[in-house]
Amino acid sequence: MSMTDVPAETTLDASAARPLRVDVWRRFKRNRLAMLGLVMIVLLVLVAVFADVIAPYGIAERSSSFREGPSSEHWFGTDTIGLDVFSRIVYGSRVSLKIGIAATSIALVLGLLLGAVAGFFGGIVDTLIMRLTDVFLSIPYIVLAVAIAAFFGKSENSVILVLGLTGWLGICRIVRASFLSLKQLEYVEAARALGFPRARIMFGHMLPNALQPIIVYGTIAVGSVVLSEAALSFLGVGPQYPTPAWGLMVADGKSSLSNAPHMLFFPSGAILLTVLSFVFVGDGLRDALDPKLK
Amino acid sequence: MPVSDVLLSVRDLHAGFATDDGHVAAVDGVSFDVHRGEVFSIVGESGSGKSVTAMTILGLIPTVEVSAGEIVWRGRDLLAVGEEERRKVRGGEIAMVFQDPLTALNPVHTVGRQIGEMARIHEGLNRKDAMVRAVEMLDLVGIPEPAQRARMYPHEFSGGMRQRAMIAMAIACKPDLLIADEPTTALDVTVQAQVLDVLIGIKDEIDSAIILITHDLGVVAGLADRVMVMYAGRQVEMGTVEEIFYESRHPYTLGLLASLPRLDDVGDEPLVPIKGSPPSLIHVPSGCAFHPRCRFAQIPGLCDSARPELRLVSGDAHLASCHYAETLEDVSIETLRSSADPDELLDTVSDP
Repeated sequence: MSMTDVPAETTLDASAARPLRVDVWRRFKRNRLAMLGLVMIVLLVLVAVFADVIAPYGIAERSSSFREGPSSEHWFGTDTIGLDVFSRIVYGSRVSLKIGIAATSIALVLGLLLGAVAGFFGGIVDTLIMRLTDVFLSIPYIVLAVAIAAFFGKSENSVILVLGLTGWLGICRIVRASFLSLKQLEYVEAARALGFPRARIMFGHMLPNALQPIIVYGTIAVGSVVLSEAALSFLGVGPQYPTPAWGLMVADGKSSLSNAPHMLFFPSGAILLTVLSFVFVGDGLRDALDPKLK
Repeated sequence: MPVSDVLLSVRDLHAGFATDDGHVAAVDGVSFDVHRGEVFSIVGESGSGKSVTAMTILGLIPTVEVSAGEIVWRGRDLLAVGEEERRKVRGGEIAMVFQDPLTALNPVHTVGRQIGEMARIHEGLNRKDAMVRAVEMLDLVGIPEPAQRARMYPHEFSGGMRQRAMIAMAIACKPDLLIADEPTTALDVTVQAQVLDVLIGIKDEIDSAIILITHDLGVVAGLADRVMVMYAGRQVEMGTVEEIFYESRHPYTLGLLASLPRLDDVGDEPLVPIKGSPPSLIHVPSGCAFHPRCRFAQIPGLCDSARPELRLVSGDAHLASCHYAETLEDVSIETLRSSADPDELLDTVSDP
């Protein structure tokens, strides 16, 4: 254990009892790409929170210029019906973040619960849950998206539902595998021997020990949900106009690629940077959380 | 021997596992009582069934099949009550100290939280009172600066301290019975003595009984009140420490004692091993399970044909399961050790 930056006489101090978090942050800070990603995510969150202040125009506020390139009045230009691309991208960060976080949360809750139950109880419960994941794995999410969009309407919530319902499979498998090995450990047996209730053993004692890969997976998942959301919007089964979804803007822009490339360039760039940021941070966390990977 | 009230009474316990090769009879007809305040020791080689016996008392091995017997804890048969009731007994009334303190504490929680959790679960204390209890318990097991230590993580503790923390956790709800499954095997010798002292001190402090499972006869001699020796899942001998060590009436117990080096050895005495190795629990030898390795076995005869009953051989509670227990009265460890050639005594033994 590294106590190098703690003077010997303070080793009994409670502040010395937080070495993991401190260590992780120290290793994370050393990773430039991860820090870059973290800064971009912070910026993205700030943009989403203060969108009203930052965006010069409303999301459906038309101007007299159509498909015009960047200018001092419209930083990222305007689109086919005269909307300000910059403003829509700024507001679009809310859509992307909301969908990314909500869908990942649904996936995490489902995956953690089902994975923990499958790994802890084993036997028939495990078999049932694993076959359920097999069934979900065999449904292409785009087909599910079209079905749900047809049923609940094309909206942000449909996209959240689709991506949440398809995103838990990986998490479930990771948690199950962790639980299968954790179950064999003596402190889990000790907890049973000392009469701890099952739910407490599963979620109080085993889950914290299984979280490391989940933190990494969850972070990267937010990025990939943003990407999937863009794909669904591009296909027209996501949120509809005037929602400023980035994927929708890309779809709009592709038809004007030859005369107004900025309409494609800026929203694609926003998607790219967002996804990359989450992947960088996820990778950084993976390295920082695993002291063996130096 | 304190003939006080009986806390735990195990009657004719049969427990085993189904494996691909057949049924493993891990515990084969074991009966014993544990009285309030005593140290009851279960001794045996690896695989003799001592840990399975303890784990079965707590209902901790899901794959074990209990085919017969009773485990009566204060008038209730634990094998007949539901899982929720058993869970409450575990930790609250019967607590266990595990073998390896390095792996038996959860690395992600502070030691204090883990000890306090016992009191939160079994006595419904709130977080703050539980922490106070944890600090008390750490103090009781002799950990210096308990208030600071309680806020530290297991990896910041040494091996001996972790085992003390495990003991603190086990006694947090003042259980009436502590089961210590080889509590010192993972510790070095100097720390072993300290931890055992703590364990015995605690017993008096909270007035509980201890089942001490070990293969270390030195530990047994020093600490136990009564001893049960197990071989191949069966009881071979049971009695007070004095009866087992000085008046042993079973060849296996005698063999174990003769195999130990002694402080008064001058150096050239040979150690006398027990020949052979423990039998497979799937194919236990006929008759007495020990007969293929026994120096005194009459083969063919009673030893390989009839399973010896556990019966009273001396005093009022010294039991042994040997057909020829009485003839062993004059056999001492010294005679075993001085017998010229151990192989001579074994020449009647045929391989199973």
